[in-house]
Formats: sequence, structure tokens, C-alpha cells
Amino acid sequence: MKTELNDLVVEVNDLKMYFPITRGLLNRKVAEVKSVDGVSFMVKQGETLGLVGESGCGKTTVGRCVLRLYEPTAGHILFKGQDITHLPESKIRQLRRSMGTIFQDPFSSLDPRHTAGNIVGEQLRIHHAYSSRGEYRDKVAELFRMVELDPQMAKRVPHEFSGGQRQRISIARAISLNPSLVVCDEPISALDVSIQAQIINLMEEIQDKLGLAFLFISHDLAMVRHISDRVAVMYLGRIVEITTSFELYQNPLHPYTKALLSAVPIADPVIEQQRQRISLAGEVPSPLRPPTGCHFHPRCFFASGECNKMVPPLRDVSPGHQVACLHV
Amino acid sequence: MSEILRVENLVTQFRTEYGLIKAVDGVSFYLNTNEIIGLVGESGCGKSVTMLSVMQLITNPPGKIVKGKIIFEERDLLQLPANGVEMRSVRGGKIAIIFQEPMTSLNPALTINKQISEMLQLHLSQDKKKARITSASLLKLVSIPEAETRLDDYPHQFSGGMRQRVMIAMAMSCNPKILIADEPTTALDVTTQQQILDLLQNMVTKLNTSMVIVTHNLGIVARYAQRIYVMYAGRIVESGLSKDIFHDARHPYTVGLLNSVPRLDEPLGRKLVPISGIPPNLINMSAACAFLPRCQYKTETCDQRSWPDLRQIGPSHFVSCNVNIKENQ
Repeated sequence: MKTELNDLVVEVNDLKMYFPITRGLLNRKVAEVKSVDGVSFMVKQGETLGLVGESGCGKTTVGRCVLRLYEPTAGHILFKGQDITHLPESKIRQLRRSMGTIFQDPFSSLDPRHTAGNIVGEQLRIHHAYSSRGEYRDKVAELFRMVELDPQMAKRVPHEFSGGQRQRISIARAISLNPSLVVCDEPISALDVSIQAQIINLMEEIQDKLGLAFLFISHDLAMVRHISDRVAVMYLGRIVEITTSFELYQNPLHPYTKALLSAVPIADPVIEQQRQRISLAGEVPSPLRPPTGCHFHPRCFFASGECNKMVPPLRDVSPGHQVACLHV
Repeated sequence: MSEILRVENLVTQFRTEYGLIKAVDGVSFYLNTNEIIGLVGESGCGKSVTMLSVMQLITNPPGKIVKGKIIFEERDLLQLPANGVEMRSVRGGKIAIIFQEPMTSLNPALTINKQISEMLQLHLSQDKKKARITSASLLKLVSIPEAETRLDDYPHQFSGGMRQRVMIAMAMSCNPKILIADEPTTALDVTTQQQILDLLQNMVTKLNTSMVIVTHNLGIVARYAQRIYVMYAGRIVESGLSKDIFHDARHPYTVGLLNSVPRLDEPLGRKLVPISGIPPNLINMSAACAFLPRCQYKTETCDQRSWPDLRQIGPSHFVSCNVNIKENQ
């Protein structure tokens, strides 16, 4: 089945994910954490959407909702046109054939008692995606080759591999059923600097080969800009800006995006000396008691009286560039 | 500018059941007053062990500082017994260290006041009352709001960034001559990272100290450090002024690191150039250059000779590689 290049793989509309906080014997609900509070975006076939933000901003939760590891509180998630927001458990397994995941920690995301071959082939076995044992073996070997590992290594167990190799195994597992979307949740942040580029290059190659869409979740702004076509910046459960990777650095509009960009040091002492730095006061507030109106207003240097009353809508400022700020 | 710390040919080894690990294998560096230097390298390259050796915090066994000199205030610290009175007054007092994990380096069972006061009582012989007042002013110094009331809080009541501020307050409590920041912001978000590092930078100028930043993040050293030492497999492979390292890198490893990291300001679509292979296993290493298996500039002679010593190639630029990579390009 060949789809058009501009086909939508995922469309998320006004997604909300609230987690209850319970107390006492009866698990009475006393409050809720609005982890994701009205997030909308889409990912096209073959595209990479980067999701950046600081810890606790809800970026991982968004990824888990898209994978339907969580059932969202409100909103809609369309996967290739099908509404999967409240899909029953029995049908989710079928759905996950077309979704892959790469997690952050290559040490805990692989079962230490299984061989690498078993891990990579698990989904093939679950979904009976082969007709003979020989075909299964060939498929696993092929997956190993795709992630540049020697198929001979299939008999080893995870602890015999280095961090980078383990992440390659995770990638092979994620693409084993030829999915349309892979959710990558901080896939490189546990790896050494010199290994990160190997994994990123491999992911780009595989994306080109298979025409996958990536939802790339990370706090590493420079890496997100590098790998993504478009980038969404999140702050306390909301998207504050979505734009192309090019615009993100050339023309950031939301004050939080500007501050975030200026906080990332560039490996060049001359540029660093000339750069203007924006220092944010305070810290990210608790998602349990987020500020009223625009969540960012207590730390914002442009905030005015109306910012604490009104939630700024995400609106288009130019084609493909959306910002949620009253002052842009 | 005068020299405040000089480490000469430091060798620290760990004896394990798998073999001898040469974690630090002949490291030399110096630090001037009011200077910030950066020690850069990947995990396992020995950068933290180097700093722990300076503080004589290496547990023996399995670890042992085999040889070297650590000259501080005209004395060789390695001649002092690790648990003697003199070394204890240096450790935490004159040389303070901030660790990576603010969650684990604070004692969860004691209030912040107890933990900062302990330093003041021990090193400056202040009494309890005086120590509390000093602690409050230290918390103010690191911009913790409502310092007086927060003194009675426990570490879990602080956020990660705030805990790191407490650690800085503790480190600064005895007016140290040298501050060692070992991956001070790795566990923190970027905007908090900036706050903490700016704070540290201010401390260095305001309180007339010097600082060593140990990190794997090239951007951080580019922003804050004046001189940089690049470490690989227990050795310094290149050192120089910040501009030497970032604009005129001469060691294949430094060049590889710079090419493998994306920069925010670079044009889009550049293919990252990874360093092939993986960092070496430090157990029972051969005498040859440890970067050889990953090096793209290696020549036939590299295999036969031992790891080259640092050689000078500029006024303050040193490199431990015999290949002139500028010519080979």
C-alpha cells in the first residue's frame, strides 16, 4: 500500500490528559495534574515532528497518548484517519502493528533474559508476520543488517552490548513490522556524545528507506532542530509554538522559545561572547497548580495584565508557523 | 594571574577482578586564580576520577593514586595523609566540590541548615547560632527566596535546581580558593542549567575564586571556560585556550567530537559525522594511542609507537598526536 507523500499519519486535536491524585482508603480524587492540556498537531508521512520542552512539560505523555498507552481524558487522536482516542483494548494490539517505539534508556527497555534476536523478532511472532521459520530467521537477520549489527549477534543477550548497540536493537524492534509511525522518546540522551551522531544518522537513513514518520521527543534543542522537519515547543502541558526547524532558530516568536534557545550554549567561544542571553527568572511551576491564563506569564518579560486572565490560543502568524502568545 | 593549582603527571588506577584499570594515566594541568577551566570528555574517560584524586577521595582499595603531584599553596597534597587534619581542612574548605547529582549528594534526613552549618562549624569553628545566620546569608547569595524559612526544610522539599543551589551554597560556605564543579548541571533542564552556571560564574568573579568545570557538554565549556582540557581514555589529548580548541582543534578526537554534535546556529541539513566505534575499555590497555581504532587520520607509524606525549603547537596549545591533521585534510 503506497500512500501519498502528504498523507497524514497522526492528527491530534485538543488532546487532554489529566492524571488524578487520590488520597485515603477509598482513593478519593483530591486534585488532578493537567499533564497535557489542549495539544493539537499533526505528523505527515515521512516527516519528523520534534517535541521539545523541559522536564514535566508533558512531552512524554503526548507520545504515550499517541501510542495509546494512555487513554486520553479528552480530545481526539486520528491515526491514518481512524479515530483511536477510545479504541477498545482488543483492537489496540492490531493498531500497534503500525506504530513503533524507541525509549530513552537502552538498559531497561530491553528484557535482560531474552536474546537480541528474540527481542527484535518478538513483534513478528506476536503478529504472526511470517510463514515459515526460515522466513522469520531471514527477517530478523535483515533487521539486524538494517541497523548495522552483525546478524551473528542475535544469540547474545542485552548486557553483552554497548549502549549504542542496544539502542540499535531498540530501533530494529521498532521497525520490525514496517510501521508508519515511530515514537522516539529521548532516544539518544542516555548515550555518549560520540555515539549520539551514529544513532541519529542511522535513524535518518531508516526513515528515508522506509518512509516512516517520527515523533521525536527530546529536551536537546540542537538535536531536535537537526533531525526534525517541524518542531513543537511545549511548556506545562501546552504547545506554545510550532514551526519549521529553519524558522525555529531564525525567527522564534514565543518568549519561552527565545529563552530556551538562548539557554542552549553553542560550541563556539566567539559566538558565545557576542550572543545575547535571556535569563529566565524562577523555575517551571508545578503542573499541579499551573498559573492562570498563559502558563508562562509569571516568568515572561513581555507579560502584561491580560496575560494572567486569558489563555492565548495557538494561532497562525505565517504559513506553517503557529504561536500561542498575545503579544506576537 | 598566578597559579593556584598544578597537577603533574597524576596516575590513578583501580585494581579489579577483571584487571588493572588505568583511569587516570599521567594527567597534568594547572589552574590560575580567577580562571575557569573546562575538563571535557565522555563518560569513563577519567575526568571525575581526576578531580576526586585532587580531593583524595579515591577509595583504597580498589583505587589508588599511584604517582603524581598535586601542588596547592606550595605543598604537594599527595604527601599529606588522606584523612589527616591538613587534608581535611583543604577538602571542602579550601577546595570545594559540587557533584552531579544534587538528589544524592545531600543527606535526606537532615535539614538544609544542619548540612550547611556543619561545614561552617567544622572549618570556620562558628557556633550554632552564628552558623545559622551565615547559612541564611549563603542561601540568599545563591538566590533562594525566603532563605530564613527554607533553612529548616529538608532536601526533598527543594526542586532539582534549588538543590543544586544549596550544594553551591555549601561549597561556597568556607570561601574556597578552588571550586570543582563535576557535571553540575547534567541532571537539570537547560533554562535551569543556564541559571546555575551563570550563578557559578558570578561567584568566581565576585568571591575571587577559581573553578574547574567537568563536563561532556562542549557548549558549556565554550560559554564559560577560558582554557580547556580534552580527555580521552585517562589522558589529556588536547589542551589550549578556548579558541584554540574550538577554532583550531588538532587532535582527531577533538575534531570528531566537534563534528558529531549538531549546533543550533549551523545551516540545516548538515550530515552529522559520527566518530566510528565505541570508547575503549580501560582494562589492560596497550601502550599505543587509545584512539587509534576510531581514528580516521591514523598513519602506519601510529600502530608501532606508543601513545605520543603532549607536544606544543601554539603559545598555550598542546596536542598528543603526531599526525598533522591540517595537512592531511
